[in-house]
Amino acid sequence: MKISFTINGSAQSVEVDENTPLLWVVRDVLDLKGTKFGCGKAACGACTLHVEGEQIRSCSYPIKMVEGKNVTTIEGLSSGDSLHAVQQAWKEEIVPQCGYCQPGFMMATAAMLDKIPNPTDEDIDKNIQNICRCGTYYRMRKAIHRAAAIKSSSE
Amino acid sequence: MTENNKKKKGFSRRKFLVRTAIGTGVLLGTGYLTRHMWRRTIFTEVDKGESPYLGDASTPGIWFEITKDNEVILYSPKVEMGQGTHTGLAQIAADELEIDIEKIIVKHAESASTNVDPFATGGSTSIMGLFQPLRELSATMREMLKNKAAEKLGVAVTTLAVTNGVISGGGKSMTFGEVVEGVTDWVVPDVPPLKAMKDYKYIGKPVARVDLHDKVIGAPIFGMDASLPGMLYGSVCRSEKIGAKYIGADTTAAENMPGVVKIVKEKDFVGVVAKSYQEAENAKNAIKAEWKVDRNWTSADIEEMIEVGKGKPVVIQKEGNAKSILKEEGIITAEYKSPLGAHAQLELNGALVNVEGDKATVYISTQVVKITQDEVADRLGISSENVNIKPMYLGGGFGRRLHTPNAIQAAVLSKAVGQPVKCFFNRKEEFQNDTFRPPTHHVMKAKLTDDGKIEAIEHNVSSGDVMFGSALIPVDLSGFLGADVGAWRGGMFQYKAIPNHRAVSWRVKLPFATSWWRSLGLLANTFAIESFMDELSIAAKKDPVQFRLDHIQDDLAGNRLKNVIKACAEKAGWKDGVEGNRAMGFAASTDASTPVAQVVEVSVEGNQIKVHKVTCAMDPGIAVNPDQVRAQIEGCIIMGISASMFEKMYVEDGSLEPTIYGPYQMAQMRHAPKEIEVVLLQGVDKPGAVGEPPIGPIGAAIANAVFRITGKRLREMPLELN
Ligand code: FES
Ligand code: FES
Repeated sequence: MKISFTINGSAQSVEVDENTPLLWVVRDVLDLKGTKFGCGKAACGACTLHVEGEQIRSCSYPIKMVEGKNVTTIEGLSSGDSLHAVQQAWKEEIVPQCGYCQPGFMMATAAMLDKIPNPTDEDIDKNIQNICRCGTYYRMRKAIHRAAAIKSSSE
Repeated sequence: MTENNKKKKGFSRRKFLVRTAIGTGVLLGTGYLTRHMWRRTIFTEVDKGESPYLGDASTPGIWFEITKDNEVILYSPKVEMGQGTHTGLAQIAADELEIDIEKIIVKHAESASTNVDPFATGGSTSIMGLFQPLRELSATMREMLKNKAAEKLGVAVTTLAVTNGVISGGGKSMTFGEVVEGVTDWVVPDVPPLKAMKDYKYIGKPVARVDLHDKVIGAPIFGMDASLPGMLYGSVCRSEKIGAKYIGADTTAAENMPGVVKIVKEKDFVGVVAKSYQEAENAKNAIKAEWKVDRNWTSADIEEMIEVGKGKPVVIQKEGNAKSILKEEGIITAEYKSPLGAHAQLELNGALVNVEGDKATVYISTQVVKITQDEVADRLGISSENVNIKPMYLGGGFGRRLHTPNAIQAAVLSKAVGQPVKCFFNRKEEFQNDTFRPPTHHVMKAKLTDDGKIEAIEHNVSSGDVMFGSALIPVDLSGFLGADVGAWRGGMFQYKAIPNHRAVSWRVKLPFATSWWRSLGLLANTFAIESFMDELSIAAKKDPVQFRLDHIQDDLAGNRLKNVIKACAEKAGWKDGVEGNRAMGFAASTDASTPVAQVVEVSVEGNQIKVHKVTCAMDPGIAVNPDQVRAQIEGCIIMGISASMFEKMYVEDGSLEPTIYGPYQMAQMRHAPKEIEVVLLQGVDKPGAVGEPPIGPIGAAIANAVFRITGKRLREMPLELN
């Protein structure tokens, strides 16, 4: 089936089974490898990206549901050479260890900040439910607050 | 071998190999004698944890390449799995080469380059083992460049100085990149004197990770991200049942499914190659594989096996007469348990293999480049030199990537279709085929003197295997060694001032694979010993911190441990008491010569245990990158909280369960402490183990705090109040 949507600002059409998870279209058809496969069951958040600005676990999101919609992946989070506030904060706090979970966390954070520009610790606990095995949560929390500050100062 | 001897052998007989790289510059390598590698690793190094780099001497490896743009590519035989090793290596090289760290590009060495570590990346050994050799290599390289520059510039080498990759003197200058151009006749000088520690610009400084940018932009750097033109997807049938042997398969239903390219039947497995991941998975699920299962295991069976008194005991530590004293009256005793634990690293195990004729290329996240290479070669019936392993970044290691069967299967499938095939576990397969942290059972006994000191103490630990049966140890040492050194890591007493102490290891072979898991037995053994020390301090009516200090001997290891304990208690403002629903808990451990102490601040609300703050003092010797040492401490604390409060695998109806995150509960953002304070001490002038030691104390420290708040002594992990 042919599905058309916008990804990171450019129009795309793909010819795949309509139930193919968005994750595999992004990774294997469009070759955007920043979105990760961790569990395939919406349980870890490694595959988090945005559909119409909402954080979505793309491993459990059939491609047919993005018809006509806007998809953003980690590759599209920054614009040109300038990093998104979340990525900038992640760099300043030196968050990543192995790094595998990080795109999912950054996408989840970016979506949260659009809704809650100044999240409390409780907001963070509630909205960021991904899994990081390396245990970078402590730095992530600092980076999330920092990203909020960067974002509000640039607006 | 004494420390001195070892140094001599390691460094003075070294040979360099120099040759020109294609089009660009110079490659320089070195190797080390590896005789008695296994024995040395196992016996001499395990307890002290001092692991020299074990690179091969007969086939010198390749370390550096200098580009025309005056960048230095450092080919690392150690893989990057998050521990920050590549950053540490870049710092070391930059300092002795005299070039800015931004100009150092660290890449994984492919096995074809022969710069292969025959052992593994793991055991917190990378920086510790390479600190001296890589400084010497880099300094030697710098001198070679200077000598060549002197020749090219026609000035005396003594007039030359190096600043940021530019060699200048006598009013002339040349970049490294210009120096190496066209040179084929390199002369290797003696190793020059190294700089003094205080003169280093990068070593000892909190330099940002070299992979930071790639990791925030989502660059395709992981094994799972590898792809090749014409790549297909493989999937292999696996049984859910423990101990299942493959008999055969009915593949009719899968043969004509969409996307299927080929069904591959081997003597030991059946797999499918398809055009997409989904199609490969669907076809696999349609195959009816037949398995022989001898026994339908349950959790009760496993629990029955893991019990002190069953299996074969081996005394691993003995001083004085603990055994006979602990038969007398007035003994304090307690039992502790830890569960089966999964690695649960985020990136699934898999490999992309391209077999072309009698050659194979393997893209993989592996901790054991050499083992992966040999295993693939063996299965394909080709020589190891014909298998090139291209290590990719690891989405978590923790010991999970010491076995790489996916590489073998992907190789077989690729050969069968004549195209590159990527093959990886789904999450359920990843859980069920894990090489788990074994469950443990501990029996602690002690006798106190009238004035509240420990007269005798004993630790009996029953554990599944960690080292035995691992691909890392190529020969069966179980009969020879008796006790599994991995299982008893952390199981000996660090309180050597106790006149009578004894530790005994009981070995159990479980029906599924148990193996290396970050820090091996340290988490479980420290949980038992440090919980018991807390119980004893209470029985002795002593402050638990002082009580520990009272039992530590006066030698280098003892003094480092005492300093760490004192620094931690001071930084945390240690107080033994309850305030509201909050209390502190204390524990300490020594792993691979690195002492660690932790104070946790915990609250209990209803049945909920919450860790608010952790203060950690550690003495890793020289911290090559203090920020990354901190990161490892933070990571260990959070992974340790996860493992000791939430995680547990069990066996149901012959299968290992659970098979997905969630049911396999792990720490999330809300469980991580909001405050982590770190104090780093430097008790020796060399780098020591970092990536595992700080996971030791956390479980016990939490349980000790919970006891203060609730009066309940939690002697089993995961720690649960009900
Ligand atoms: S891969 Fe989608 S949530 Fe885990
Ligand atoms: S950084 Fe490794 S899983 Fe999060």
